[in-house]
Amino acid sequence: MSLRRVLALGFKEFLQVWRDPRSLAVALLMPLMQMVLLGYGVSLDIRRVPLCVQDQENSTESRALVEDFVASGWFAITRTLPDNAAVRTAMDREQCIGALVIPVDFSRVLAATGQAPVQSIFDATDTNTTNIAIGYAEGVISLATADFAARWEAAHGTRPTRVGVVDFEPRVWFNEGLDSKNFIIPGVVAVILALVGAQLTSLTISREWERGTMEQLISTPVQPIELMLGKLVPYFAIGLFDAAFCLAAAIFWFRVPFLGSIVTLALTTSLFTFVVLGIGYLISVRIRSQIGASQVALVLTMLPTTLLSGYTFPIDQMPAAIRALTFIVYPRYYVSILRAVFLKGSGVAELAFPMLALTLYAVFIIWVAARAFRKSLD
Amino acid sequence: MSAAPPSVLTEGLTKIFGRFTAVDHIDLSIATGEVMGFIGPNGAGKSTTIRMLCGLLRPSAGRAVVAGFDVARKPEAVRAHIGYMSQKFSLYGDLTVRENLRFFGGLYSVRQSEMAERMRFAITMAGLEGRENALVNTLAGGWKQRLALGCAILHRPPVLFLDEPTSGVEPEARRRFWDLIHDLAAGGVTILVSTHYMDEAEYCNRVALIDRGRLAAIGTPSELRGHALGGALFELACSPLGAALAALHRAPGVIEANVFGDRLHVLLADASAAASLHTLLAAANVRAEAPRPIAPSLEDAFVRLVTRTRRPEAAS
Ligand SMILES: Nc1ncnc2c1ncn2[C@@H]1O[C@H](COP(=O)(O)OP(=O)(O)O)[C@@H](O)[C@H]1O
Ligand SMILES: [Mg+2]
Repeated sequence: MSLRRVLALGFKEFLQVWRDPRSLAVALLMPLMQMVLLGYGVSLDIRRVPLCVQDQENSTESRALVEDFVASGWFAITRTLPDNAAVRTAMDREQCIGALVIPVDFSRVLAATGQAPVQSIFDATDTNTTNIAIGYAEGVISLATADFAARWEAAHGTRPTRVGVVDFEPRVWFNEGLDSKNFIIPGVVAVILALVGAQLTSLTISREWERGTMEQLISTPVQPIELMLGKLVPYFAIGLFDAAFCLAAAIFWFRVPFLGSIVTLALTTSLFTFVVLGIGYLISVRIRSQIGASQVALVLTMLPTTLLSGYTFPIDQMPAAIRALTFIVYPRYYVSILRAVFLKGSGVAELAFPMLALTLYAVFIIWVAARAFRKSLD
Repeated sequence: MSAAPPSVLTEGLTKIFGRFTAVDHIDLSIATGEVMGFIGPNGAGKSTTIRMLCGLLRPSAGRAVVAGFDVARKPEAVRAHIGYMSQKFSLYGDLTVRENLRFFGGLYSVRQSEMAERMRFAITMAGLEGRENALVNTLAGGWKQRLALGCAILHRPPVLFLDEPTSGVEPEARRRFWDLIHDLAAGGVTILVSTHYMDEAEYCNRVALIDRGRLAAIGTPSELRGHALGGALFELACSPLGAALAALHRAPGVIEANVFGDRLHVLLADASAAASLHTLLAAANVRAEAPRPIAPSLEDAFVRLVTRTRRPEAAS
């Protein structure tokens, strides 16, 4: 293998991407757009969950509780409704995905016992959003409870023995921040890299065929493996740039806590980037038209990545057969790596299994790519 | 000279696509430093033959040895020793002149120490001084072709395959391109160049005429003229043409007589028979001037050679 040829190919490819606005857009704007779409899809929209209120008492205490929901920023009160039937209708019409029902004796019971039940009803069709919204509601309620306990203490001199504004159905949420976005955003980064990476390289070989430059290229002594590595060099740089951008957005913009080390993150991200670029390259080798290659790359990466990577649908809740299938869906490894690095601060040792899986993938791709590309017009 | 092995040798070289035989048992032998023209109509099999010689298509039968390497067994060794210009322009239009040269120099592993000199050589040869940083897409056809040649010779290949390098290029640029080919050949490079411009055959040391995948004839341009005719050609101004033709077709020693514009072209088995034409025509009430010997164009020769080689096929 000649490093000289790899670099010559890499530099040429870099110049072509640099001068092609379309490639540049895929390389740099697509991750930005997807980060906004997918990232905000799971976090900021959920920031203002449409909520209906059925305040049967309409007292100072009950209005204060409603005000706490609004002030949290997580909920937007879309309607005030008279009864349960109206709540159901509003949900059916998707005017809200949840309702807060405050009973008629709320403030009286609260003052007497230090504890009053509040009912919340959530539409369970979108379990994801519902879970997040319930988590938010719990957060609001627990703040209100703390606030109430402080006032009770000021008035009575002692803390109430049993404090609770609500008799809320307790739900255990996996991360204490009540925030599923911490769980999902790292997955979003993995999905974006898988999609963008495959798109980037899926065009490289077909472009040579379509522009008629391939015949000249394969008349030179270039080796298939050199062709692959050379073609991947510039996209690897772009892929790492995209990854850095998305990960930085996850940490600084979406405020996902980052407990791991940058080195682990860089190492695992490089490995994953190589795999997704390699997959795109293999598609490119097999399919000679740019449109075709791009579409196959989209279908081959989009479905498994969104459905089977575990980024929204937890893998351990899938049927056994599908769960087995996820082992070949390479983004699942990076999804779990990112979650572990972000939320648990895992290092390379703890990540041995997913890293090994990705390494096997990388080796497999190199092996196939070296054979898949024939320097022949036959 | 005769002891040196040929730079390009093919024996029974054949390419079959499905049920269609595109190249049919071609035998060629090109000596070192020779400029071999490859001439034939579109679809004759020129590109297919050249691609097999570059190791881009696998021969269906027969063999080919280029620069001492068998194209089927050692295609990579062949590629390192050849320069190739494909029929369709195939440099990178979105790269500059210099970037294209540097790219191909890299692929051919031209030594770094030599690179600057080779690039300068290619740029000067192509007449692209001052346009080194122009995007190739912005260049006119002649420049593009010369740049493609420059890219193909950066690594000083001993053998060059040029597939219709002058098609679609202005006559002036074509002539300039042929000068470059001869300069390279003078430096010992063996060149196989295909073209469908018949006049370009005159620039070649030897010409291989290919038709429907078969080698119809091979030789120097003047040899081909002689073979093609198998006699001496005369132009005859006379009238009426019809009566003259009829008389000539009956006459012994006349191989062929055809109308050519307002005159006749008459092919005689023996040039000395020309003198007797006058009496022969007068007997048929035809007024005629003295026959004028003419040198046939190569185009004439090719048409004849092709019809002759096709004839047995039609009969079978
Ligand atoms: N890959 C291919 N598959 C099928 N037929 C082909 C292929 N390449 C060339 N041909 C056919 O082979 C014949 C010779 O083509 P080619 O070598 O390109 O001719 P030329 O270069 O002399 O114009 C043509 O009839 C062409 O259609
Ligand atoms: Mg051709």
